[in-house]
Amino acid sequence: MSIFRFVGDHCKEVPRVLLSALLLGLPLPAMAVLGDNAASVLTDQAHMKGTLRSVDNRTYVMHEITSTTGTVVREFVSPAGVVFGVAWEGPFPPDLQQLLGPYYQQAQQAATPEQQQRRRRAPVVIETPGLVMYETGHMRSFQGHAYVPQLVPQGVQVSEIH
Amino acid sequence: MTGRPGWFLPVQKLMWCVAPLLTVCLVGCGGSEYRFPGHKPKPAVTGVTVVCSPSTIQPGQTSQCSATVVGTGSFNPAVSWSASAGQISTAGLFTAPSLPTSVTITATSQWDPTQSGTATVTVGPAQASNVQPIVVDAGPAPQTFTAVNVAFVTVTVCVPGTTTCQNIDHVLVDTGSSGLRLLSSAGGGVLGLTLPNEPDSSGNPLLECAVFGSGYAWGNVAQADITVAGEMASSAPVQVIIPSTSSPGVPASCSSQTTQPNMGDSVQALGANGILGVGLLQQDCGLACTTANKTIPAVYYDCRSFSCNPTYVTLAQEVTNPVTLFAADNNGVLIELPVVPNGGSLNPSGSLIFGIGTQTNNGLGSVTVYTVPDSGPNAGDITTTFNGTAYPASFIDSGSNGIFFLDTATTGIPLCARPNDSWYCPNTSPDDLSAVNQGANGNHGAVNFSIEDATTLFSSNNTAFSTLGGPLPGSFDWGLTFFFGRNMFTAIENMSTPGGPGPYYAY
Repeated sequence: MSIFRFVGDHCKEVPRVLLSALLLGLPLPAMAVLGDNAASVLTDQAHMKGTLRSVDNRTYVMHEITSTTGTVVREFVSPAGVVFGVAWEGPFPPDLQQLLGPYYQQAQQAATPEQQQRRRRAPVVIETPGLVMYETGHMRSFQGHAYVPQLVPQGVQVSEIH
Repeated sequence: MTGRPGWFLPVQKLMWCVAPLLTVCLVGCGGSEYRFPGHKPKPAVTGVTVVCSPSTIQPGQTSQCSATVVGTGSFNPAVSWSASAGQISTAGLFTAPSLPTSVTITATSQWDPTQSGTATVTVGPAQASNVQPIVVDAGPAPQTFTAVNVAFVTVTVCVPGTTTCQNIDHVLVDTGSSGLRLLSSAGGGVLGLTLPNEPDSSGNPLLECAVFGSGYAWGNVAQADITVAGEMASSAPVQVIIPSTSSPGVPASCSSQTTQPNMGDSVQALGANGILGVGLLQQDCGLACTTANKTIPAVYYDCRSFSCNPTYVTLAQEVTNPVTLFAADNNGVLIELPVVPNGGSLNPSGSLIFGIGTQTNNGLGSVTVYTVPDSGPNAGDITTTFNGTAYPASFIDSGSNGIFFLDTATTGIPLCARPNDSWYCPNTSPDDLSAVNQGANGNHGAVNFSIEDATTLFSSNNTAFSTLGGPLPGSFDWGLTFFFGRNMFTAIENMSTPGGPGPYYAY
């Protein structure tokens, strides 16, 4: 685990996020999200009516949104400004359709079981070339993460996406 | 026993001393100190003591009472019996009344009515049968898919307050959730009863979105009398799971909480006719779904005119762990499943036993209690340590059908070839492993477990495997695989048990 620094102390990434949204005049996308640009973090924040803190970890910036229901979503943004991974935990799952964007459908398809000899009754684990994901938990406690392997910056351990 | 009137003669006295059930004895009963009347001091009774065996009985049962009359000289040891409730014969045979109570039994000396003795007999509530058979078989008809490592029971549901009832077979026993959920006939389930819907606080239909690890369940909150073994939960809030094709349709805010499908679309999708959630929680959502939460979560929905929006509920409206609604044996459950050898077993049977430390068959004995947090990021979780790394989001769940843990990169255990690639197939089978489980109370214990090649396991017709595992990054899910050969207790939050208050697991 790297040393995390908080926005209040070292807020060099967040202004860039705001700047990119403002200067580029981006209409904030309706679905924001894994694989999308950093501005989508703000869309998620608005969608979740959550509070945001951001941590610059040198090889990436982690934006953490805490929703009013207590669920925490973390979005991992590469130096290129792309959300390469998301993670969540809390008493309720987040809106995964919002969070995963186009990868939501991909996850649905990947998770559709083939004609297995015996069915697995357990949290879902997806490991495809284009998407790695798990959803786990039980009533009152849910966790998960998803990332796009091709988008993970050099030097980032995928175990940090949590 | 009864005392006998008349003068006390030596022969009679001897008979009384040795007669079965008649434990009346006099001081000097041994005979050597006996003196004929007239050669001894004035006879006197100095005390009466009473013993009833057993001292605790159920309504309608009997207890045999006996009196010991102590005195001097030659006196008649006869006594008269009375009871503060129930009935007692002249021979001291007590018959309990029909309702639980504490009964005082009195024996009064007939020789000296100022001398009497008492005993107390406790008439306890009738002991309910608290054992429901479990079978681990291929699942509900038509068994077009083969269930593996799923514990099934039969549950009786009735329209509340009526004798309109139905036995629902192949209901999955799930310590990972709380509340009874039944697949509607629209979804292909066997449920034929029309259970009354439970309205929300506005009088509109109340529906629920329950998210599980492998999908979601959408449907009406209804009320049912639930009977399992000898236990009954009256007017329990339950969920009737409906398919995507039914109205009201699934709100996007429900289905978007998982990438997994609607488990209510078919018996195959649910893998059972219902789910009996007998887990750690009293209600499935708890205070988080009440006005105590400043935000309404997407769990319970007010569905007026088939338009559904999240709504607050009261705790009493939430789908409730039926065990907490039982009159007794309501603080948790014990699941007993037999040892399953490597390679698996076919259709083993076990027991779902209600209550912890409430009857002779559900004592904690020498098990270890692993408490879990009841809120916070690891609510309901234990910490499993494997190869020196602690995984604090681990849990025990009879509704999972393997031991799911970590990933190939961490464990070195490869996945099976397709189509079994959601399971582990170790290079050396069995692969013997060890981990340590720890509760929030600091109690910890080592777990030795083995993983066998799942593809090989599945080549048999067996339905139970104690060596079946698969990946789950970042944590351990100790599923039914882990229950075989163990007595696994699940204690419900805020309920007192001999092992302390729940929530906890103990094994």
